[in-house]
Amino acid sequence: MKLRTIGALMRKEVLQVFRDPPTLVQVLAIPLIQLVVLANAATFDTGATRLLVRDDDRTPASAAMVAELVGSGEFTVVGTAVAPAHIEAVLRRREAAAVLQIPAGFAAAVARGEPTAVQLQINAEEGAVAGLIQQAALAIVERQAGAPSTLEVRQQGWFNPTRRYKDWMVPGILVSLTTIIGLLLTAQSITREKELGTLEQLNVTPVTKGEFITAKLLPFWGIAMGIFTVGLIVSKVVFAIPTVGAVPIVFLAAMVYLSVALGIGLWISTVTQTQQQAMFVAFFVLLIFLLMSGLFTPLEAMPDWAQAVAHANPVMHFVGLMRAVLVRGAGLAEVGPTIVGLGIAGAAVLGLAVMQTRKTLE
Amino acid sequence: MTTPAIETTNLTRRFGDFVAVDAITLSVARGEVFGFLGANGAGKTTAIRMLIGLLAPSDGEATVAGANVRTDPATVRRRIGYMSQRFSLYDDLTVRENVELYGTIYGLSRAEIRSRMTELLERIQLTASRDTLVRQLPLGWKQQLALMVALLHRPEVVFLDEPTGGVDPITRRRFWELIYATAAEGTTVLVTTHYLDEAEYCDRLSIMVDGRIAAMGTPAEVRAQVGVSTLDEVFLTLTRAVAAP
Repeated sequence: MKLRTIGALMRKEVLQVFRDPPTLVQVLAIPLIQLVVLANAATFDTGATRLLVRDDDRTPASAAMVAELVGSGEFTVVGTAVAPAHIEAVLRRREAAAVLQIPAGFAAAVARGEPTAVQLQINAEEGAVAGLIQQAALAIVERQAGAPSTLEVRQQGWFNPTRRYKDWMVPGILVSLTTIIGLLLTAQSITREKELGTLEQLNVTPVTKGEFITAKLLPFWGIAMGIFTVGLIVSKVVFAIPTVGAVPIVFLAAMVYLSVALGIGLWISTVTQTQQQAMFVAFFVLLIFLLMSGLFTPLEAMPDWAQAVAHANPVMHFVGLMRAVLVRGAGLAEVGPTIVGLGIAGAAVLGLAVMQTRKTLE
Repeated sequence: MTTPAIETTNLTRRFGDFVAVDAITLSVARGEVFGFLGANGAGKTTAIRMLIGLLAPSDGEATVAGANVRTDPATVRRRIGYMSQRFSLYDDLTVRENVELYGTIYGLSRAEIRSRMTELLERIQLTASRDTLVRQLPLGWKQQLALMVALLHRPEVVFLDEPTGGVDPITRRRFWELIYATAAEGTTVLVTTHYLDEAEYCDRLSIMVDGRIAAMGTPAEVRAQVGVSTLDEVFLTLTRAVAAP
C-alpha cells in the first residue's frame, strides 16, 4: 500500500464529488432537508381527537371526566347525544374518531369503590393512532375514576408522547440518512468508473486492490462523518434531542459503523457492472436494513427468525447504541462490545470488497 | 537488450466455445512500430487485453517488456502504457490533475511529474490549457492527451487501441508523428487501426482474421505474400477468403 498513490486517488475522488453538482446536492442538501422534514413527520401527535360522548350518568363526576378529557387538549367533544345503535354508523361516517359511553351509576360505583366500566370505542383503521387515542383516554379516565397510583406512573410515560417520540426517533432518522447517503455514494462510485471506462485504465496501472478500495472508502467516510456531525448538531439545536451519555462515544461508534455501511456499498459496487444494478442491490439492502432496524417497528414484535436476522443488521445495532447513549446515558462499558462487533463486521466486509475487486476482466 | 518487447507463443483466449484469439505467435522487437490490423471482432482488442494483463490467457504464453503476463502481470503493468479504444481519462479533472494523478500512480516524483508534464504538453501544444477540464477539450486533443498520459512514465511498450478513431485527418497525421517520436525514443509501439493508409506507416504489421494471424511482416512483405499491390487489397483478399462460404 503506497500512501502517495492512495492520496492521489483520494484527491481525485474529492475533486470529482465537489465538481459534480448533483452529487454535491445529494451530499450536502438532501440529508439536512430530510432530517428536518422527517423529524417533524415522524410524530404520533394525532392532534385533538374528535370524541362523541354519551353520558348516561349525568353526575358531576362524569361531567368532570369529560371536562378533563377536553381540558387535556387531546380531545374535542363533537356531540353528546347518540343512540347506542348509531355508534357504529357515527364511526363509519368518521363524524367522530372515538365514542365514550359512561353508564348510569358510574359516579356512585366509583364513590363506593366498586368496579365499574366506561366504554371507549375507537376507529382502529390506523392501529397506531387508535393505540394513542386509547392510551390518552385511558390515562384521564383512570385518574378520574381514582385508579391506583401504580397506574399513574404509566400515564406519565405516555402523557407526553409527542416530545418523547421525537427524542427517540431523531437519532434513528439521522442514522438512516447517513447510511442511505454513504451506501448509495459508495455503491455508485466504482460502477460509475466501470461504465465510463476509467476503471479499465486504472486496472492497467500498478494500483493495487487494497490501495484502490482504501482510496474509495476514506473520502466517502469523511463525507458521511461530516453529514453525521452536522446532523447531530441540527438534532441537538433544532430538535433538542437529549445527550445524556458521552457524545464522543457516539462519534467513535459512528466512525466504526460507517466502515460497515460504506464497506457494504463498495462491496455492492465491486460485484455489479452498472450503476443501475448497483442501485437496485443497494435499495434492496437498505430497505431490509432500515425496516428491520427497530427504527419503525419494535424488534420485540418480530417473529423469532426475523429477530435473528435483525441481529445481523448493523443499522439495528447502531440505532440501538445511539438511543442507549443519547437518551439513556449508557457508557463505554455497556456499548463497547457493540462497537467491537461493528469493527469486526467492517473489517470483514471491506476485506470482501478488496477480494472481489478485479484487476482483470471476467 | 536484445529480448523482444513482445513475444507470444500460441496465445489463445476462449469465451465458452468461442475462440476469440486462436493460438497467435508473434514477436515485436524493441523500438518497433507494430501495426495490429483486423476487421471488427477479429480479436485485436482481446489479444491486446491479454498482453496488458487485463485478461488471463486461456492457453499459450506471452512475455511483455521482459515479464510473463500470466505469472507476473504486476511487473507488466509497471512497464507498459495503454491507451484504450474508449477515452478513459477523468473528464471532470483538469489536464494537470489527470497528469498528476497518473504520474503519482506510476511512482514518479513531484519534480519528475512537473518536468515530464511540461515536456509532454509542449509536444502536443496543450500547455496553455493545462488547467482546463478535460471534458472541455476537443476530441483530437483529448486523444493526444491520452497518448501523452500513457507515455508519462516512459514505458518500455505502449499499446494503442484505435488511437485515431473518430479524429480528423490532420490530427491523425499529427498522431502518427507523435507515434514516430515515441518509437525514436526507444519505446515499442503496438497500434491497432482500421485505416489501411496508417498501416503503411508501421515498421511491421499483422492482419488478424477470425482470431488468427493471416499475414505478418513489413507492409511490402505482406503485399508480396498475398500477391497484390496495396494493403487495401491485402485486407479485402484475406477477409473475403474467410467470409466466403
